[in-house]
Amino acid sequence: MSKYRFVGKGVERIDGREKVSGAAIYTDDLEFGPDLLYAEIVESSEAHAKIVSIDVTEAEKVEGVVQIFTGKDFPYKFGLYMKDRYIFAQDIVRFIGEQVAAVVARDPKAAKKAAELIKIEYELLTPVFSQMDAISENPVLLHPDLGEYPHVPWFFPKENTNIAHWRKTKRGDLDGGFKDADLILEETFEVPRYAHCAIETHVVISKYDYSGRLTVWASSQSPYTQRHLFAEALAPLGIKHKDVRVIAPHVGGGFGGKAGVTMEILAAALATKMKGHPVKIRWSREQEFYNTYQRLGVVAKLKLGLKKDGSITALQHQLYWDAGAYVEYGANVVNAVGLSATGPYKIPAISIDSLCIYTNLPPGGAYRGFGYSEFLFGLESLMDQAAEKLGIDAVEFRLKNAISKGDTLAYGAHMNPNGLKQAITEVAKEIEWGKEVVSIDPEKVLCKGFSLLWKAPAMPPNASSSAFIKFNEDGSLNILVSGMDIGQGYLTVMAQIAAEILSVPPNKIRVENPDTDRNPYEWQTVASHVTWSCGNAVKKAAIHIREQIFDLMERAFKVSKDNFYLEDDGVKSHLDPSFYLAFKDFVVFGIPMDDGSFRGGPITGVGTFLPEFSSAKSDPETGQGGHPNVHYTVGAAAVLLEVDKKSGQIKVLKAVEAIDAGQAINPDLVKGQITGGLLQGLATVLYEDMRFNDKGRLLNPNFTDYKIPTTKDIPEEIVPIIIEVPQPDGPFGARGVGEQTMIPVAPMIANALYNGLGIRIKSMPITAEKVAMAILEKEKN
Amino acid sequence: MNKITFIINGEKRSIYVEPNDVLLDVLRDKLGLKSPKCGCERGDCGACSVLLNGKSVRSCLVFAIEVDGCEIETVEGISQNGLSVVQEAFIEMNSFQCGFCAPGVVIATTELLRKNSTPTKEEIKEALAGNLCRCTGYTPILEAVEKISHHNKHNSDNTGGTNE
Ligand code: FES
Ligand code: FES
Repeated sequence: MSKYRFVGKGVERIDGREKVSGAAIYTDDLEFGPDLLYAEIVESSEAHAKIVSIDVTEAEKVEGVVQIFTGKDFPYKFGLYMKDRYIFAQDIVRFIGEQVAAVVARDPKAAKKAAELIKIEYELLTPVFSQMDAISENPVLLHPDLGEYPHVPWFFPKENTNIAHWRKTKRGDLDGGFKDADLILEETFEVPRYAHCAIETHVVISKYDYSGRLTVWASSQSPYTQRHLFAEALAPLGIKHKDVRVIAPHVGGGFGGKAGVTMEILAAALATKMKGHPVKIRWSREQEFYNTYQRLGVVAKLKLGLKKDGSITALQHQLYWDAGAYVEYGANVVNAVGLSATGPYKIPAISIDSLCIYTNLPPGGAYRGFGYSEFLFGLESLMDQAAEKLGIDAVEFRLKNAISKGDTLAYGAHMNPNGLKQAITEVAKEIEWGKEVVSIDPEKVLCKGFSLLWKAPAMPPNASSSAFIKFNEDGSLNILVSGMDIGQGYLTVMAQIAAEILSVPPNKIRVENPDTDRNPYEWQTVASHVTWSCGNAVKKAAIHIREQIFDLMERAFKVSKDNFYLEDDGVKSHLDPSFYLAFKDFVVFGIPMDDGSFRGGPITGVGTFLPEFSSAKSDPETGQGGHPNVHYTVGAAAVLLEVDKKSGQIKVLKAVEAIDAGQAINPDLVKGQITGGLLQGLATVLYEDMRFNDKGRLLNPNFTDYKIPTTKDIPEEIVPIIIEVPQPDGPFGARGVGEQTMIPVAPMIANALYNGLGIRIKSMPITAEKVAMAILEKEKN
Repeated sequence: MNKITFIINGEKRSIYVEPNDVLLDVLRDKLGLKSPKCGCERGDCGACSVLLNGKSVRSCLVFAIEVDGCEIETVEGISQNGLSVVQEAFIEMNSFQCGFCAPGVVIATTELLRKNSTPTKEEIKEALAGNLCRCTGYTPILEAVEKISHHNKHNSDNTGGTNE
């Protein structure tokens, strides 16, 4: 039994009815009337080139074209963590698809037609497509001005190289650790790029009115961060934060792809030149693939030292990231991994080098998991290899080395309370670890694989949240916050948190998508941190309301406020069981007194949250000294696979995942994250395969050629397990789970294949073809 | 411009369209029906699905001019006299996350249940295989439809009659 009334209950989503009835409004659904203009973006056809000339003569003749713009019209830089990007390319293009010019027209067809008529002459420069080439001796420099780019203080760019950031985390005696080891393993793993594939593409409409007010309607995870970056980038035009307003309707999927600022800045900038007219840009599915962010690719080199008894003595982890042409957001993925690439293990000697490397491929950025899926593939594969070499069961090995509360983390701070060992044990039990499984079909092999998971929110130490709550006349509530419900159920969870404190059921609470003019500040909806961070703000705002109600009771009834409590949509008294004052009777109109006057008035609450213990300040050579991560969410997962030995086809018969949510505010929504995250993870392993040609052009920017799973590709059985070891500073003990659900999938599949077939696959994706080839190879030897 | 006449969500409408106007754009921009969504414009995602003479079609692949004389139903039409049993089941089961795929899934499920009120799990998967959902892993969507199927089966076993 939950100790709470509304927290811990699988209540119905408060946006469910809207979404299922077709009533939910997404950005593309907004109407702007007959004056709406459409922009079509002209994109670079070259991966690395100098722009010699842009000829718009033919394009201007197309009927319906209003105006054409090029980079020269917008000489402004922008970027979240490092300002390495211009709104439109200036002299140099650095990836195929980069925005070079824009046609603004009365209708989308005219804009498209004109865009095709713009002639751009390029002088080709040598492109660099592999991060390893980019750090070879005397490479082509993609950003010769790297040393001058403004960036956050915790980034360390290496001038005159292609290394935009190098995060080093060093702790303990590495040489000694390897010297003491009875077994040393060294391996290299590769993970390619991936695409988010939210079903809604990016859409933005922007209007700069005659009074100098810039309004942007965007499909966004980050309304406030966008407002901030627009105001920063457009400051030369005299635009101030108060002049910029971002309105974010429902978002049709984010997964990190709609975090920060990508194409939204194009509409914001174009609007400033088209005063009075709303300007709309909707990305096509192709553009969504190559000109938002992609997940970064990585080459990971690991060296692991172990004692015979299975204890780990040392880990060296070098990660070389293909971060793409611009890394204003992606460099922080690299940073996050540089702090956490130990995985959830106790390791006395650690050396992590995480290098953010420029290439002439599309910009890398946030993607659900923020680098953790990528490094866990290598690390968790290697842990299995180590256990096997030492003759220790893979689950036993993990139980022995799993990190516990209070253990020292790679950067020197201490691990938060967690249920990792419980997760391992429960997953092992559910998948019947150790029990042999044999297929009755001789052509097929059944096998199991295991993996741990952990992830911390990656955010600046001053990322904060705030909330307003107001009562309505009938005692219902409006909560105003600026996080985004990108599907995870954030709006519902905020309602449940306020409900718990105020004893108003969630179905009497409305939480809407934000408008930065009306709703208070939220950094952005990323890092699986809004339940924790904004949840704390909402909880504080609700407590603020509760305190005001008790104060009012004391004033109106002359009884000490300590005697009152909230229950059943109203106020009750410990002193007098018959006392009950319904919220609807006073929260707006006040409490009537005998003399005809009233006490009170509209009751509103405010709450803010900033993790004041967090700090990104540390020694650049060792990463020691700060407290960059607020906490880690941990868990474990396992699969049972059926593999066809001839075709290499993999069928997932069962997937089990246990995750420590601290306190699941809504267990039904946590389970939704597990079923959704697992399938997104499986997709990156089994289906999705991004193909670039030797010119750097993405060859499969559509769902016909870049396969994401359908109903027919789901595991036969999924068992979600929720562990609840409370997070001391979380609302009711909650911590985030959204990204974590997808990150153990690749290694657990790779480990299962090894366990069943003796093949060790070290690069993703793990397609049927790759498996079949590996089986053949093994039979040959 | 060509004049076309059709029944949309029970109402007879006549409008003018260009021969190359796509049905999805016409529904959204000329008729203000926003439930069909654009996810790919090439028939891959199913977000734009509508019922055309009772059969689900991807409206991004249909020219508006082709629907002259036809009957079209969108999720607005399905919802207008109260939500259907399947919509209520989706709400109860928290089937959707971002909800962008929901209109297409409601269309595909409505078509399925009108033809077959007691589909098996495999039949449900087959019927929804053309609707991409990136958020849910499909499980909570399939569970809601299965629940209706069980319910219908149970009812028909008892009463001999079925309906959607
Ligand atoms: S938009 Fe029609 S199938 Fe995707
Ligand atoms: S709920 Fe987001 S695409 Fe289906």
